[in-house]
Parts: sequence; C-alpha cells; structure tokens
Amino acid sequence: MGKSARELARAARVDIALDRRDGVVLNRLAQGLFALLGLGVMYVLAQAFAESPAIFVQQMLNGLQLGFIYALIALGYTMIYGIVKLINFAHGDVFMVGAFTSFYVISGLDLHRWPAWLWAGLPEGVVILIGTITVILLSMVVSAFLAMAMERFAYRPLRNKPRIAALITAIGVSFFLEYFGALPFVYSNNYITYTRPFEVTVYTAGSISPWAIGGAWGLFLLSLAGYLLLKWRSRQGDLRAQSWIRHPLLQLGLLLGGFFSVVLTLAGVQIETGGEIWDLSASNVTLVIMGSSIILQVILQYVVNRTKLGKAMRAAAYDKDAARLMGINVDRVIAATFALGGGLAGAGGVLYATAFKQVHHLMGIIPGLKAFVAAVVGGIGSIPGALVGSLIMGQTEVLAAGFISTPMRDAIAFSLLIVVLLVWPQGIFGEPPGEKV
Amino acid sequence: MLKRLKNPTGYFILGGLAIFLVVQILLSAGILNNFWRGIIFWGAAITMVTLGLNLIFGFNGQFSLGQYGFYAIGAYGAADVTYRWVHEDPSGVVVVFFGLWLSLLLYALVSVLLRRFYGITVMTKFTAYLLATILAFWVAVKVLLPVLGPVTMTLLGALPEAVSQQIVFFIALLGGAGLAGIVSFIFGIPVLELGSDYFGIATLSFTIIIKVLLDNTDTLLPFPEMKGARGMIGIPQWTTWPWVFGTFMLVVVVMRNLLHSSSGRTILAVREDERAAELVGIDVNWAKILPFVMGSIFAGLAGGIRAHDMAFLHPQSFNFIQSFNPLIIVVFGGLGSMTGTILTGFIWIFLLEGLLRLYLPSGFETWRFVVYPLILLLMMLLRSEGLFGEYELPFLRRSALPLRRKVASEESEEVA
Amino acid sequence: MAGRPKGLAPEIETRPVLLEVSKLTQFFGNLRAVYDFSLTLHAGELVGLIGPNGAGKTTIFNLITGVYYPTEGSIRFRDVEIVGLPSYEIIQMGIARTFQNIRLFSDLTVLDNVLIAYHPHAGYSLLDSFRRNKRFQAKEAEMTARAQDFLAIFGLDERQNDIAGSLPYGLQRRLEIARALATRPQLLILDEPAAGMNPQEVEQLMELIHFIRERFHLTILLVEHRMQLVMNICEWMTVVDFGEIIARGQPAEVQHNAQVVEAYLGRQTVDLK
Repeated sequence: MGKSARELARAARVDIALDRRDGVVLNRLAQGLFALLGLGVMYVLAQAFAESPAIFVQQMLNGLQLGFIYALIALGYTMIYGIVKLINFAHGDVFMVGAFTSFYVISGLDLHRWPAWLWAGLPEGVVILIGTITVILLSMVVSAFLAMAMERFAYRPLRNKPRIAALITAIGVSFFLEYFGALPFVYSNNYITYTRPFEVTVYTAGSISPWAIGGAWGLFLLSLAGYLLLKWRSRQGDLRAQSWIRHPLLQLGLLLGGFFSVVLTLAGVQIETGGEIWDLSASNVTLVIMGSSIILQVILQYVVNRTKLGKAMRAAAYDKDAARLMGINVDRVIAATFALGGGLAGAGGVLYATAFKQVHHLMGIIPGLKAFVAAVVGGIGSIPGALVGSLIMGQTEVLAAGFISTPMRDAIAFSLLIVVLLVWPQGIFGEPPGEKV
Repeated sequence: MLKRLKNPTGYFILGGLAIFLVVQILLSAGILNNFWRGIIFWGAAITMVTLGLNLIFGFNGQFSLGQYGFYAIGAYGAADVTYRWVHEDPSGVVVVFFGLWLSLLLYALVSVLLRRFYGITVMTKFTAYLLATILAFWVAVKVLLPVLGPVTMTLLGALPEAVSQQIVFFIALLGGAGLAGIVSFIFGIPVLELGSDYFGIATLSFTIIIKVLLDNTDTLLPFPEMKGARGMIGIPQWTTWPWVFGTFMLVVVVMRNLLHSSSGRTILAVREDERAAELVGIDVNWAKILPFVMGSIFAGLAGGIRAHDMAFLHPQSFNFIQSFNPLIIVVFGGLGSMTGTILTGFIWIFLLEGLLRLYLPSGFETWRFVVYPLILLLMMLLRSEGLFGEYELPFLRRSALPLRRKVASEESEEVA
Repeated sequence: MAGRPKGLAPEIETRPVLLEVSKLTQFFGNLRAVYDFSLTLHAGELVGLIGPNGAGKTTIFNLITGVYYPTEGSIRFRDVEIVGLPSYEIIQMGIARTFQNIRLFSDLTVLDNVLIAYHPHAGYSLLDSFRRNKRFQAKEAEMTARAQDFLAIFGLDERQNDIAGSLPYGLQRRLEIARALATRPQLLILDEPAAGMNPQEVEQLMELIHFIRERFHLTILLVEHRMQLVMNICEWMTVVDFGEIIARGQPAEVQHNAQVVEAYLGRQTVDLK
C-alpha cells in the first residue's frame, strides 16, 4: 500500500513546466508573418485600385449584388442552424427550386405580366412591378412550403436520433432535389436560359434622375438623423427612445438609404480623376436585388425581434426543452423557421436567376455553400452576421476573381472561411460558446 | 502450428490468405475480366478512404468531408512520381522520398522547440510547421535533387526493370500517402480546433479548394504533366492484386492496432467528451490530429492505388459531391464499426458501379441519384445506427477483459 | 501567509506548500467572476470551498485546471507557475478533478474509463502499438492489471466491462473519482461530489473521501453545497461570494460568521440565536 503511494508521488511530473519560456515572442512573429501576407494581398488590391479606381469600384458594385443574394440564403442557414443545430445542406436546393418556380411561371404562364390581363391600359412600369413582386412572392411561398415539407417529413422524425442522422438526411434530401430535377421529364440536366421578369436597363451617368439620388440621400440622412436623435435621447435615459432605436423602419431607412445613395451616386455621377473618367454603371437588376434583399431582411428582423413567433424562435434556439416547458410549441416554431428560411432562399433564387439569366438543377450547390460559409464568417446564429458575412463573401469573390486570380475565385472564397475562423473562431458576430465545465 | 492459428488473429490471417488466393486464381484464369478487376480494386480503394473517414468521424467524432481531397492528393502525388519516372525523370522519386523524411525530421525538431514555450497559439504552431514543411521540400528540390537525382537514376537503372518498377511504385504510394498526411497535418492544426460542425465545413472547403487547384495544375501550379482540367493521362498501370491486397490489409491492421492501443482509447475518449478527456490529462490536440492524419494517409494510399489502376485522373472525379460517398458508406456500415465499413464499401461499389451498371438499362444513370437518397432517408428513419451497428469481426473487436479476481482480492484485503 | 486562516494546527504548516493561488482575478466581459482570490494549501490538507450559487467556485477550479486563462494572478503548484499551461499538462503534473455534472466517457466500459486516465503513463510508443511487440504486450497487460486493481479498490471490479453510462448514479460518481485518481494526482479537486445524492450516499461518499485521502496521500480541495459534508470532513474552509473571499477558518468559526450567514440566507434573517 505504501508502495503505490510512493509511486504516485514519483509519477507526478513537475518537469513539464520547468524551463518553459513565454511563447509570446513566437506568437508575435507568426502574427507578423500573417499580417505580412495580408499586407501582400492588400498591396495587390491597392495596386489594382491605383491602376484603375473606376474598374475597381465597379467590381465592388458587382460584388454587392452577389453579396445580397448570398445574404438571403445565408439567413436561412443561420436561422436553421441556430434553432436545430443542423447544417441544412438542402437549403441551396430550396434556392434552386425557387429559381425554377419563377422560371416556370414566367416562361410558361407569363405570370409576371398578370396585371395586364386584367387591365389592358395599365402603364408598363406598374405591370412589371406588380408582376415581379407576385413572381417573387409566389416563389417564396413554394420554397417555404418545400422547406416545411422537408422539415416535416425528413428532419422531424429524426429529432431524437443522433445529430449525424439528420445531417446525412439533409445530404440525402439535397441529392434528391438535385437529381430529381435532372430527370428528363422534370427539367433535364442542361442549362436553361431564364426569361427575366423585367428587361435589364443599365443606368449610367445621365440616365439616373437627380431626384432618385437625392431621394436616396434624403432617406439615408433622415434616418441617420433620426437614429442619432434617438441615440442621444436614449443616452439621456429615455426608455421609449431605446426601444424606438431598434425599430425596423429605422433600420430599413438606414440600410436602404445608405446602400442606394452610394450606389446611385457612384453610377449616376460622372467625374474625372487623374485622366480617368469614372463612368460607372448599375443595372436595375442590382438595384432590385439590393432593394428586395434589404426589405426582406428587415422584415425578418422584425419577425425575429418584435413578434411572438420571433420570441418563441429565440427561446427555442436557446434551449428547446425549457421553451417546451414554457408552453411553446417547438415543432411549430421550427417549422416556421424553416418556412421563413425557405422563403428567403426562394426569393434569392429568383434574384440569382434574374441576374445570371440561366437556371440549372445543380445551381444551388455552390451559392448555397458559399452562403453557409458567409453565415459562419458572420457568426452563425446571428442575423446581422449573415448580412455582413455575405457582403464580405461577395466582395472577396469578386475582388479575387477580378484582381488576384480568376480560376481561383472559388478556392479563395472558401479559404476565407479558414482564415476568418483562425482569427475569430466564432465568426464576426458570433457569441462565444458558453460551455459549462 | 494449426493450433496456434485457432484464435481470432489466426482466423483473420487464414481468411485473408484464402481471399487473396481465390481472387488471384480467378484473375490469373481470366474468369474475372478487366471490368470486375477494376471493380474489386475500386472497392478496395473506396473502402480504404472510408476506413480513414471512420477513424476520423466514427471513432474520433470529427465530422469530416475532406477525404476526397486527400484521396486526390494521394492519387495525383503518386501518379506524378511514376509518370516522371517512366519519362526518365527521377525528380518525383527523389523529392517525394527525401522531402518526406526531411519534413518528418523537421517536425520532430519543431515540436521539441515548441515544447520549450508555453502559451503558444494555434497560429504560431501552424506557421512553424508550415515553414518547416516548406523548408524541407525546398531543400529536397534545390539541394538534394541535383545531387541525388543522377545517383538514384543510376542505382535504380542498374536493377532489372521489374524490380526498379516495384521500388518506384512503392515510393510513389508512400509519397502519395505521405503528402496526404503532411497536408492533413498542416491543415488539421488550426482546423481541428474549431469543433465538429465548423470542422466539417472547413474540410468541405478544403475539398473544393483542392479540386480548384487540380483544375489549374498546368496554369497556376508548376505541374504541366497533370494537364489541369483536361485530366492526367499516361500514368503507368502498375496496380496489381498483391499490391491492392497488401495495402488494404496494411490499412486494416494498422487501424485496428491503433484503435486497440492506449492512443486508440484516447481517440475514443475525445469522441465521448473532449473536455473531460483533456481534464484527465490527455493531449486532446494530439488525439485529434493523430486519427485525422492517419485517416488522410489511408485516403492518400487509396488514391495511389486507384490512380495506377485507372491510368487516368480527372479533377472531376474528386469533386466535393463525391466526398459525400465515403460519408454515406460509413453511415450505412455503422459509425465506429470497421467490419461494417469494409463490407459496405465493397458492396457499395459492387452494386452501384458493378451490377447495376451492367444489368440495368442505360436510363438508370439519371435515376440512380434519385433512388439512393430515398434509400438513405429510409435507412436513417429505420436504422440510423447503420446496417451493422457496432458489430465487429472477432479480430477487429476490442475484447472485454476477464476479471482478475485473484490479485484484486489480495489488494483489497490489504486495503481493508 | 496569504490565503490561510489563522489558528490552524501548526504541524500542518510545517509541511511543504502544494498549491499557492494568489490574487487570482477573472473577468468575463464586464462580469467579475473571481476577484483577488488567494489560497494556500499544504500537503495533506482537506479544505472546503463554499459559497452560494454563482459565487465563482467552479470558475476558480477551472482557472486552477487551466480551462480558463486568468485575467490576473498567479497559480503555483509545487513551486512551479502553472498559469498558461494547457489543461492536460496541469493534470499530468498532479492535479486531478471531477465535474459538477458527471462527465464520464459514457459509451465506453468502466475499465476503459480508467485506462484512458492512465494513458500518459502507458510507457510504450505509437510505433510499439502498431507493431504490437513485446513491450506493447507487457505494458498493456501491466496497465490493465493496475487499472483492475484500482477498480477493485473502489468496488467497481465486478462491473469493469459494463458501459459506464449504464451504471447507477452513485457508482458513476465513484468511477469519476477513480478515473481522476488514476491520473496519479497529488491534489484532488472535487466539484460538488455530493450533488444529487441521498443522505446515505453522502455518508458513503464521506467515507470514500477519507479513505482515498489516506490511501493515496492526497491533498483535497472541494466545493460543496451540503453543509453536513463540508462541516464534517474539512479541516478549514474558504467562503466566497460574488467572486471574493468573505471568510475563512475552521468549520465552527465559519458557521457563525455573520457575513457568511448573510451570504447564504440574506440580510434580513441574521438572527441565529
């Protein structure tokens, strides 16, 4: 007995910690190396910018369009992951189905012109506007139902099984949607040219009325002023102001005004710097994508932050069992989350097809994955994170393709994930994991 | 002699020998034609990849989608060595062989060095090992190659061709597997810290990145012989049944021995509860890196085998969509069951690439991916633990130990 | 000496200092979890750390075992600074702990749970395990024998091949303590070992703690809510509230410390007599 005790004492090892030096110098060195690499990338980009600022900014405008589409998909990913901790691989395919729905109703039914059936004399602009909104809404509804069906029949039965079962199922559902579409009587496996619900108009200097630019700036400045005022008031301790400051309308004004004023100004103003004429353009597709993406996100924010459903969603995301004990119908909340996410992805699908003018049964995979990466970069579970992450993703992709290496664009976009996770393991807006020990 | 074989190990050896001989005879007699030969070799390769995944995911709990990336690295790496060799260029053999040992040496040095510091961040570790790798291969290319290249050429050239070919093939397989191991080690240092789901996405990204790189081997990377997206041709068809059988058995035995050792238990512990494992004194980083690197080496080895059987490599066959294949096999076979993985891997290839392809009408191709997700869904609903659950062959099973009443009672008497 | 009450038996103070925590402070964002915490343990002591829920006791344990990196302060174990070392090295140096909510490797067998804790002392290399050579066989047999003896001490030898998660609660606690001891510690940290136990089980637990202390020459630091347990077995104790030390001393003193009573029962009811 005494022997084992002595053994114990001998076995404990102090030598582990002796003669150790603080690794901070090495850490600094490594950080320095990474910073140098980052500076190298910055240098390449800065050089491209110096060479032709106009082209650079134009690329960034294009990146914005991509980023906003990713944002719509990323929101679904982030919400679903937040609530059921499932990487819903089939989410990209919901996006694809949204695009195809709009494709069929547009080229098959001409639905994007339905107001003209009822009232022949309606001005073209109004017809297109209402028609497009209808198409988007319809695709959203179809995608939402698809997502709900997916949840009901594929994921819900597995809720009490190990998580991997649901993950494998998600992959299965994804394959099914992709290759069901490839069947000859569905939509074949070729690229199909997509008919846009509206004609493309490219706005450049002169074709944007100063009123539009002024309006956008007005909206932005007005909401900014409102925001600052409320901020000041809430600093003073005004509780009303504290709740108003998060009002969705204010957010809408800020986001919509901010992005539109910048984009419209850049596109609508012609200036000359250093012998180069800035003649940037923005198509109406970009504007529609930006506008609808922002509006949908603000609506989502409203739902999540201000409604009973949103409260239930947040509660369920935090702790499903506790939420159930509080009388929340968790199944219904999860279904609603899938529906919301699916609807947004559907809208994203329509916008993506409109921008790139073709649909394909595998079109959802890569944008879906990139959107997921964007959601992770932004911090999974966070709605503003999804937007910010997606915008970063869009910019990275476009700048990488434009100025670093075109064939490597996907590789660079995906390495962004690894780099960001190295620096911010929880993503930019993510919360640190509260692991209890 | 026979008596000594009457235990699980003996049965395993006998069974293995029997399978080896039967297949060898069938192949020599021409009963199995080239198509079926390819199917068997393919099945073995996929099974090795999947065993690697099972080690990473089933036994260690790290959800990985990167196996096809390492499979690709192994395939292209090994193929490049032999391709260069048959084109009278020893650079592949020399660089891969010496670069590998050199980097292992440098890793040992770096790890000793890093142990003298505390508070080292992941980024530092990653940078240190990355620099060591770069240095090792730089030395191999710039210093060793000019000196050892001609020497190797003469030495190997002096041997009869049949022998030198086998040696080169061995080095190529070793090189492919080693490269996969090195890449997984470097990649694993930062990424394994992330936790399971993030790790899954990061490995998926890795597979996509590898595919993009392979698409651009001739433009962005200095490997014109890989011919980028057009596919690499002219790889010697050196894979034979003994090689396939040998590597396969090696993978099975190594994996089994690893899992049945103390390190194997730490691997399982990390799957069960990472934090608790760390707080009973286990180096969790090591217990995660080790299976990840081993699994990737298996995938790399399989890549080399497959490349020298097909004699043609195309980046499209390493698409990330393919990387769901091993995942599905491993789940079908049962996570944490080697037997299940082996059986399911072979059955999978036999059915999907063999029988169904031969005996079903050509329109089946398009239906295939509609039917198998449905089977997958049914499987998940009805039997989510996999076809074989936790079943293992006796040889592969971690046996329950008999009680040690005698000594135990002595001890407790003393205590009481 | 900092971190100790006065008036303790002098013969203890002559023994070597095992653990010395000084000025430990931990912030989580703006939340002050631990503030200016000091503690000195001599070899062979059995000391309690008590305090109301959320007082920062478990955080202190996590700091000692390297789960968190402290905002400030130093922790010296056997005269070596251990702040900044990874958890597993701290454990290998001779600190072991259990968890508030039992964390066994629940799908593995009882024996495996103990063998895993033996891993740092396995005594064979990875290469040996691939080759399964003599050394591997011998060391593996030795390890297994030792683990089995160990389980016998805890009365778990009959269940060595059972899945750990299937054991009854009391035995799971026992196994967790056994697993912690298998790491060959000098200091054992028990985080609410009596949580969820009935009085009879608590009684057994107290016996067990006394027994292992003698058997393995341990120094024990324990967090507990059950006053019965703490009062009965601890030699002295430290009381924390809101991350700060509010009292220390022998059980009887602490019991009547006004501040302690207030922390536990609230200000209004300070009228025990």
